[in-house]
Amino acid sequence: MLATTARIAIQARPFISQRFYATGAGASTLLLVEHKDGLIGGATLNALSAASKLGGSITALVAGDAPEAVAKQVAKYDGVSKVLTATGAAYANGLPESFAPLLVEIQKANGYTHLVTGHTAFGKNIFPRAAALLDVAPISDITGVSSEDTFVRPIYAGNAIATVQSKDAIKFITVRGTAFAAAEANNATEATVEAAPTAETSDATQWLGESIQKSDRPDLGSASRVISGGRGMKNGENFQLLYALADKMGAAVGASRAAVDAGFVDNSLQVGQTGKIVAPELYIAVGISGAIQHLAGMKDSKTIVAINKDADAPIFQVADYGLVEDLFKAVPEMTEKL
Amino acid sequence: MSNPLRIYVPVKRVIDYAVKVRVNPAKTDVDRSVKHSMNPFDEIAIEEAVRMKEKDKKIEVVAISCGTTKSQETLRTALAMGADRAVHVEVKDDSTLQPLAVAKLLQAYTATQENKPDLFILGKQAIDDDASQTGQMLAGLLNWPQTTFASKVELEGQTLKVTREIDGGLETVQAKLPAVITTDLRLNEPRYASLPNIMKAKKKPLVKLTPEDLGIDISPRILTLKVEEPAKRVGGRKVDSVDDLIDKLKNEAKVL
Repeated sequence: MLATTARIAIQARPFISQRFYATGAGASTLLLVEHKDGLIGGATLNALSAASKLGGSITALVAGDAPEAVAKQVAKYDGVSKVLTATGAAYANGLPESFAPLLVEIQKANGYTHLVTGHTAFGKNIFPRAAALLDVAPISDITGVSSEDTFVRPIYAGNAIATVQSKDAIKFITVRGTAFAAAEANNATEATVEAAPTAETSDATQWLGESIQKSDRPDLGSASRVISGGRGMKNGENFQLLYALADKMGAAVGASRAAVDAGFVDNSLQVGQTGKIVAPELYIAVGISGAIQHLAGMKDSKTIVAINKDADAPIFQVADYGLVEDLFKAVPEMTEKL
Repeated sequence: MSNPLRIYVPVKRVIDYAVKVRVNPAKTDVDRSVKHSMNPFDEIAIEEAVRMKEKDKKIEVVAISCGTTKSQETLRTALAMGADRAVHVEVKDDSTLQPLAVAKLLQAYTATQENKPDLFILGKQAIDDDASQTGQMLAGLLNWPQTTFASKVELEGQTLKVTREIDGGLETVQAKLPAVITTDLRLNEPRYASLPNIMKAKKKPLVKLTPEDLGIDISPRILTLKVEEPAKRVGGRKVDSVDDLIDKLKNEAKVL
């Protein structure tokens, strides 16, 4: 699902100045690793960076039908002192009915102060269930670590930023990937790999299958450049204009909810409060008006460009560069000139 | 398993999705003296339950809301959309009511009922706290299977087949009832309540309870220390042409 090497290269931004927030070595953190097809993914490496800010030790958990290869990769990351593996078919597809009891058993055996993972479909599905089983209130989608018990997270589609403090002894945290640089592998130190305490698995749900959108373009969640189309694209065929520009720029393609609802592109391309949150170096919004829900997914981008023929579209209020022009003229022209 | 099928749909009253929220001067919360309405994902949950009922008239749909007295407006909306009855768990101040507490209230209410629900349908997240936790926590507490972020739900007898929106696309899972579903935007297009149905909804039963009745401690586990405006972007700069745009991106922003 995610090209690990590409993520590192793209996301290695300087966050050095924020590295010294940790308040002590009292923390012991369990990082739940998301992986697919033998690759670490799903904001796990960003969550690892967030976990590093807590101070203390970090143990990574890799669960799957054959977790060893991924466990070896994880062991090479700086800050990971131990890797636990849980092996079983029940862990092959991220079903929370098996993952939650596993986290509970490991927590009971090892008594971590923090459990951390990415705020992805995988993380969001599992963590609240596990937290409830331990009577803990989880903290979702953090964008900052202030101290061991105090975190920053956006609320109201990013229109307000809350600083929250957990009163629970155990902190379950899901991390917004784009808010933390991805951790980098450091071959010098390799963590030990051992088997996790066993837990009961569940057959309450059966995984029947998946349909994943295949694309040669970079992954939307971690791309350094994103070009998104909205209702103004008029139909799915016209997205070819964006694909052509994206290929020229090495960019990922996204979409507004309007474009997804109209059936122009697949749901998995949606950027916004209820879709993907992106924060690339360059975000180009084409034919997108800029509703609150869309801005929630992209307003932390470094440079925002808007191309829209409506000069009053709200997107121009956040765009660093706005071009008031018909996209059907401007986009091909841009593709040609780059 | 009870017969007929009973579906509980928790709904939340939130600031309307179209309102641009503002942080209050004390920086403790957002300004709540603005238009409120039902959380959009919960409208989708009610719609899905009512569609199930339209296929099988024996199904009972129960709308539940935890919040201040004003939550009853949200429950009436749910009733006008087709829910059969409503349950209001009243709290004096819902600004500190958190997902864990709501999940416990829902679990405790379920435990008091002789005829247990077969299915909970919740929104995947509330657009105010953006937590995306309550459905999963409830499923955990009840020890029921969960099928979250559903974009398609097929119910056949006691078996649920759900298509879920995941990061790279879609996946399909199957679960036996009783179960918990959380709804994604794509699941359906919620109906508008007609005036006659709004009038009829006023006569449908609405039961009131308190957290104390259910024996649940709702005190917050997470304290909000402060709430701030996000960093402002200085946008609004227009360029004249594609050439100008490419030049600025190359030489000024240095992103090309």
